Amino acid sequence: MIFLSRRATFSASHYYWNQAWSEEKNGQVFGRCANRNGHGHNYTLEVTVGGEPDAVTGFVVDLKWLREVMEREVLEAWDHRHLNLEAPEFAETIPTTENLAIAAWRRLEPAVTAVGGARLSRIRIYETPEIFAEYRGEA
Amino acid sequence: MKAYFGRRYLLSASHRLHAPSLSAEENRAVYGKCNNPHGHGHNYVVEVLVGGEVDAETGMVVNMAILDEVMRAKVIDRFDHTNLNLDPYFNNRVPTTENLCRTVFELMDGLVEPARLVQVRVEETENNFFEYCGK
Repeated sequence: MIFLSRRATFSASHYYWNQAWSEEKNGQVFGRCANRNGHGHNYTLEVTVGGEPDAVTGFVVDLKWLREVMEREVLEAWDHRHLNLEAPEFAETIPTTENLAIAAWRRLEPAVTAVGGARLSRIRIYETPEIFAEYRGEA
Repeated sequence: MKAYFGRRYLLSASHRLHAPSLSAEENRAVYGKCNNPHGHGHNYVVEVLVGGEVDAETGMVVNMAILDEVMRAKVIDRFDHTNLNLDPYFNNRVPTTENLCRTVFELMDGLVEPARLVQVRVEETENNFFEYCGK
């Protein structure tokens, strides 16, 4: 099996807040991320798919197609948005980097599966060059 | 739901690769420039990957502030701006980046509960890196 990865960048704002907690506890656990005016990052979305190269094209998947899927399913919803206020999956769920990785998987997995031949293997979201989270489809 | 959290740290240190059981000539042949007598340094990037359940209350696998604190106390304060050859851990081990990678894993293993340490990756330069998963 060959694994193929593609990156795309998007910029978004967010904050961390658990509605069930006091202001004090939110501050203790989330620190500066609990500032409810929000803050932003330049994120990198890294998508890895695995499969066998097609006998005719030599492609696992067409990279141009993958870029279009990433743009349509993820970037259109998240790029230059406030994730807490504008992305429906974060109306109740805190938009941590871990949860972004899971949400990006849910957005991309149906399209990758539908095209056949390859399977979504891993989503990695970089919040900064030094901080990232991964989801590999595990329950 | 299981996910992974990764964090990259910078660590600057010097080392000299020299195996006491080998002759001077053999060391030179095996390690080349890395055997130069006075050592040399690198800006290492140490990447720590932890895995576990995404906590329902926090949305996190691990609280980064806690991971940073453990990493600082166990690894960064110990090795940053030091000569690795002089650390007790490398008394009987050549401070190759393979051994540094395994050392970081052993120092951090079990300290990020309830998450689990999954992998340590050490980049010695932009062009070479080493990974250890505890087995």
